[in-house]
Amino acid sequence: MTLENKRTSSHFQINELLVFEEGSPGRRAFDLPPLDIPAIPLSEIIAPALLREEIAGMPELGEVDVVRHFTRLSTWNYHIDLGLYPLGSCTMKYNPKINELVARLDGFSMAHPYMPAELTQGALEVQKMLETCLAEISGMDAVTLQPAAGAHGELTGILMIRAYHDSKGRPRRIVLIPDSAHGTNPSSATISGYEVQNIPSTPRGTVDIDRLRQIMNDDVAAIMVTNPNTLGIFESDIAEVCDIMHSHGALVYMDGANLNALMGITRPGDFGIDVLHINLHKTFTTPHGGGGPGSGPVAVKKILEPFLPVPVISLKSGGSYAFEFDRPKSIGKMKAFNGQFGMHVRALCYILANGPEGLKEVSQTAVLNANYIRSKLAAAYDLPYDAPTLHEVVFSDKLQTRFGVHVGDIGKRLMDYGFHPPTVSFPLIVPGAIMIEPTETESRQELDAFIDAMLAIAKEAEENPEIVKTAPHSTRINRVNEAAAARKPVLRWRRS
Amino acid sequence: MLEAIGIESVEQLFAGIPENLRLRRLLDIPPGLTEPELIRFFRGAADRNATDYTSFLGAGVYRHHIPVVIDTLISRSEFYTAYTPYQAEIAQGTLQAIFEFQTFITQLTGLDVANASLYDGSTGLGEAVLMAHRITKRKKFLIAKSVHPEYRAVVATYARHLGIEIQLVDYTESGRVDNAAIRNAMDTSVAAIVIQSPNFFGTIEEHAEIAAMAHRHGALSIVNVCEAMSLGILKPPQDADIVVGEGQSLGVPMSFGGPHVGFLATREQFVRQMPGRLVGMGEDQLGRRAFVLTLSTREQHIRREKATSNICTNQSLCALMCAIYLSTVGPKGLRETAEQNIRKAHYAVQQIRTRTRHSVLFSGPRFNEFVVQMKDDYASRALRFLRSHIIPGLHIAKFYPELGNSLLVCVTETTSRDQIDAFVKGLE
Repeated sequence: MTLENKRTSSHFQINELLVFEEGSPGRRAFDLPPLDIPAIPLSEIIAPALLREEIAGMPELGEVDVVRHFTRLSTWNYHIDLGLYPLGSCTMKYNPKINELVARLDGFSMAHPYMPAELTQGALEVQKMLETCLAEISGMDAVTLQPAAGAHGELTGILMIRAYHDSKGRPRRIVLIPDSAHGTNPSSATISGYEVQNIPSTPRGTVDIDRLRQIMNDDVAAIMVTNPNTLGIFESDIAEVCDIMHSHGALVYMDGANLNALMGITRPGDFGIDVLHINLHKTFTTPHGGGGPGSGPVAVKKILEPFLPVPVISLKSGGSYAFEFDRPKSIGKMKAFNGQFGMHVRALCYILANGPEGLKEVSQTAVLNANYIRSKLAAAYDLPYDAPTLHEVVFSDKLQTRFGVHVGDIGKRLMDYGFHPPTVSFPLIVPGAIMIEPTETESRQELDAFIDAMLAIAKEAEENPEIVKTAPHSTRINRVNEAAAARKPVLRWRRS
Repeated sequence: MLEAIGIESVEQLFAGIPENLRLRRLLDIPPGLTEPELIRFFRGAADRNATDYTSFLGAGVYRHHIPVVIDTLISRSEFYTAYTPYQAEIAQGTLQAIFEFQTFITQLTGLDVANASLYDGSTGLGEAVLMAHRITKRKKFLIAKSVHPEYRAVVATYARHLGIEIQLVDYTESGRVDNAAIRNAMDTSVAAIVIQSPNFFGTIEEHAEIAAMAHRHGALSIVNVCEAMSLGILKPPQDADIVVGEGQSLGVPMSFGGPHVGFLATREQFVRQMPGRLVGMGEDQLGRRAFVLTLSTREQHIRREKATSNICTNQSLCALMCAIYLSTVGPKGLRETAEQNIRKAHYAVQQIRTRTRHSVLFSGPRFNEFVVQMKDDYASRALRFLRSHIIPGLHIAKFYPELGNSLLVCVTETTSRDQIDAFVKGLE
């Protein structure tokens, strides 16, 4: 018997089927209360031709089957309660449990968005308070909580910029975007009807201000910056960038993905930003949920306030809150109803738990943790930009590629050490980028364990590159053949 | 740690931020609270929202029973604190669950493929319109006036700067979209006909006929479904090219309007024009079944300004709620629940017609909503309802002034006969 054969796995680790392949006819986990009205034949109520047959292929399961199925699936996930997620630009911090409790209170979770305002004052108060806090943290004048996610916030922001220019008589044509930007930036600008023009970064990794001055003209509607940028570097010329734009009548959009570095330290509004979106699921600890829901409030300066999406929450003279829809210059509705309310409750809870001192300490610790990792890994990994960095640091795989080991391999090998990979191959201006953001919630012990793993991998890359190139070795499955999956996509189960 | 970095104070780490841009004071937000204080604060706020009212509100957000197992399972941190499943090896749980969600949506809608979910139904409809625009390269959309007014508003926002023209199509006395008006408006410039079924008034549309009209002119048929529960019993709009909608009814709390979960299903041939994420089934290096995000070359992180959409999230956790809901109720439970919605709404309509002098508008078939046109002043009656702790539905004059003093009323399986009778009494 080989060693491989002697190793056993519990059956659900290797063999949990799709839910459609489980169960058996007649099993059920749910019963309706009996009908309490006269049971007249259904055909007298609705034409049988409008009705479908029982849906084929849906599983029939008992409650324990359902619970086991999804519990087993869950054990196949890495998650923040298990360990560090060093994903740069994603701010994967711990999600306090109290957030979950308060968002589930009946008064919030069972509220219908069309309830009369006098019956939802508590929810409106929470939203207004969150708006006020976010405006203060970002140094802006007004906030909308409508957008459903960061990218949705970007779209909202750019549409407002467009409405602003329209109100001045000319929408303008171009949005400038640094080459280090997130992919959502150009995509959002395009949907708003703008042409995207890239601006290169300087060798320091910041916006090339001389180049900006040269290309600037009155056809430019806005620039979309990220600050600190995706290299983790604070754009030290940001005030000048804003001045250049403003002197041409253009506006400055800021991607707030990296706000975690700045709270209580400096405020986008104070350095000249006109509009920014904030990711509640990054800086403000609403859980990622395996890819959503997120929430992307947008904060603006006074000049953009008339263009905010509807509804706006207003405080009436009697001290009560109400939705206001009558806003003639508004860009309109971004989403039905009223934003991702459940996320607003959680984010406010986080802000109130921290207070002004707490939030400042969050940013300080996040920056300290990132710089600790930077100092410990700088000897083993190439640092393409050596400017001081804040909450994240971008290395490259340059030293490891000598041995045929690439950034993706390093990420996969980290799984064997019990960590989620960092953000890999982004930002695009760094070939083989390894982008690390530890966040403030990690202890020194956890950081040291991660650093040790990264150093061990650098050593393995030199001495035993094969083990890195074929990683991961300890996960339930190993690398997925992505090309094959995309060539003939199978996007649903069918009975075979 | 400072020593390891080679600095003396944390302040030094912020040296890259120019002095004149620093905040010289503390943020002006409330002081930090402890856990007991937070609970007290949020309980207080939640208590200022009414919970002890009988509600007849629907209009895109529905009260259905949510089985207990859903919250138990989605509260596992393995699900709710996980990141987007880009790293397939350590995210198979999320990936398989989303693949199951995609499959459930194809079963409900009768279409070939579905995506991993979108923000909600309204933005989903916006994305569906942009998708039809990409496929047909045409710019004119016929949109039924009986599509949810807030959804239409979102579509208008999404389409505004892309040269898309929207023409509204009226409804008839049946409550259905005016087929004759569509016929007159159809030509080869039309990209798609957009309807909702059951529509905003609760009336079930003849989607097969509308799809045929679209196809005769090379246009697409888009069907929006706000009340996903209806798919448990009504013939699915499987003649449509895109079925888009809101999954909130399938196990997701109302939460004052969000987070909810949009879905989008389409035909195989349009897969590469779909917005949003897709999970595919494949194999790992040893040939074991494995799930992975696929066809990402459509998406913004690869295509940037040429992407099919700027979306970079889905509503994973809410999609998981739907998958657990459908696994729990099963095909029989789903159908029985949907059937009770039809029956109870019918009972309410009959009672209003026999016991009050108000009209129930529209002759077409209904699912669980209907429109009551009142013969008297609404304001005083609304006040009386609220005093007896009943929210009588949505006053829709704001959206449809031509319908006068009308209420959109929703009755679900959770509404008891006593509650319906009390409501009808209030209308007498």
